[in-house]
Amino acid sequence: MTTAIWLHIANVFGILIAVVGASALLTWIERRMLGLWQDRYGPNRAGPFGILQVLADMLKLFAKDDWTPPFADRAVFIIAPAIIMVVILLAFAVIPITPAIGIVDMNIGLLFFLAMTSLSVYSVVLGGWASNNKYSLLGGLRSAAQMISYEVFMALALAGVVMLTGTFNLREIVNAQSGLWFVVPQFFGFLVFSIAGIAEAHRLPFDLPEAENELIAGYHTEYSGMKFGMFFVGEYASIILISAMIVVLFFGGWHGPWLPPIVWFLIKLTFFVGLFILLRAALPRPRYDQLMAYGWKFMLPLALLNLVVTGAVTLAFFNG
Amino acid sequence: MMIVFYIAAVIAVAATVMTITLTHAVHALLYLIVSLLAVAVIFYTLGAPFAAALEAITYAGAIMVLFVFVVMMLNLGEAAVEQERRWLDRRMWGGPALLAAALLAELVYTFAFGIGPGGPSGGGVSPHAVGAALFGPYLLAVEIAGFLLLAGLVGAYHLGRRRTDAEE
Repeated sequence: MTTAIWLHIANVFGILIAVVGASALLTWIERRMLGLWQDRYGPNRAGPFGILQVLADMLKLFAKDDWTPPFADRAVFIIAPAIIMVVILLAFAVIPITPAIGIVDMNIGLLFFLAMTSLSVYSVVLGGWASNNKYSLLGGLRSAAQMISYEVFMALALAGVVMLTGTFNLREIVNAQSGLWFVVPQFFGFLVFSIAGIAEAHRLPFDLPEAENELIAGYHTEYSGMKFGMFFVGEYASIILISAMIVVLFFGGWHGPWLPPIVWFLIKLTFFVGLFILLRAALPRPRYDQLMAYGWKFMLPLALLNLVVTGAVTLAFFNG
Repeated sequence: MMIVFYIAAVIAVAATVMTITLTHAVHALLYLIVSLLAVAVIFYTLGAPFAAALEAITYAGAIMVLFVFVVMMLNLGEAAVEQERRWLDRRMWGGPALLAAALLAELVYTFAFGIGPGGPSGGGVSPHAVGAALFGPYLLAVEIAGFLLLAGLVGAYHLGRRRTDAEE
C-alpha cells in the first residue's frame, strides 16, 4: 500500500483512540477538578495523582454483571448505549484538527455534525423507554424535549458562521479565520452555540434527563456494567466534540502564532473542556420548565436576532 | 458508488417493509428511522449532499424523535400489539399491493426504455444551487410552507394555552 493510505489509516485510528482515551481520562480529570473547586481531594490514591483511577474504574465496569432487566425491551435496551458512541465518534470524522490531521474533508461537514448530534438523542430516548421504568421514561421524555429544542438554536447559531464564510466545509471555515476569529463578529452565535452544546451533551446545568434528586439516574437507571460505561464515555466524548466544534467554528481551529497547529488546537480544546467542567462545579440545576422557557424565550430570539444582524451586515458590506 | 447506492436502496426497501409489517409500534418506528437514513445515503450517492444532510437532520433527527416521543407517552402494551396484528390481516394487503404494483410497473417501464433524468452518475447539486432554487423560482412554495407552519404553531399555542381565571 502507498504511504497516503497508511497515513489515512493512522489518522482514523489515531483520532479514534485519542478521543476514546481522552473521554475515559476526562472522568478522572473531572472528579479531580471538581474536588479541587469544592475544597476536597477527589480520587488521588491509585497511581501518581490518582490517574490510575481510570483503569480501576474500567476494570470494575468490565467485571460488573452486565444485567438486562427481564421487563426491558431487550433489543432496544442493548442498542441504545451503542448509538451515542457511534454517532459521536462519527461526528469526529469531519473535525479538522490540523491541516494534515482530520479524517474526511466534506463539503457538508457542518451539516454532518448537526445530523450526528441530532441522532444522538435516540440513545437517551430509547434507553429511557426500553428500560420500562417510570423514572427512566421521564428522563427519556425530558431529554427528547430538551435536545430537540436546543438543536434548533444550535443550528441557527451556526447559520451566522455559514453566512460569513459561504460554506459548510469546516476546513474552509477554519481557513477563513486566519485573520480574525469568528468569536468577534459572531459573539452571540458563540454564546448560543456553547449553551446549546452543553444542553446537547446534557451536562449540568442541563442534565435534567438524569437529575438524580428526582429521577434516580434518569434514563440510565437500569443500566449496569459496560452498557452504563458506554453512556458515560459517550457523554464525555460529546463534551470533547462540542469543545472541538467551538474551537473550529469560533476560535480559529489550529491557527495561532509560533506554536505548531496541533498544539494550538489542543490548548484551545483543553480550555473549553475545562470550562465545561467548571460550569458543572459552579452552577445549580434549573427546574425543567425554567430550562424550556429559557430556551424558547431567550435563546431563540437571541439566535434569530444574531442571524438577522449578520445577514444585514453581510448584505450591506460584503456583497460585491 | 453504485454498490453503495444499491446496498442503501436494499436497506431502505427492507427497513420500510419491516416498518409496515411489524406490530410493535416503537420497533416499527426504529425501522422507519433506518429507512430514512438509508434514503439519506441514496441522496448522497446521487450527488445531492445537501438534501442528504437535511434528510438526516430533519426527518431522522427531529420529526422521528417526535414520533417516538408520542408513542412512548402512549405507553402501548401487549394489547396494542395484538390489535395491530388483527389490523394486518391478509385482506388488508390488497389495496396497497395494487398501488405498489402500479409504481413498480412504472419504474420497470422507465428503466427498460431509458426514460428520465439520467442515472446516478448525474452532476452534484451544491447547497448553493438548492438555496438559489428555493429562493428563486420556488419562492412562493417556500412562503406558503412558511404560512402552513405558522398556522400550525398558532394552533398548537392556542390548544396548549393555560387559561387564566378571568377567562373561565
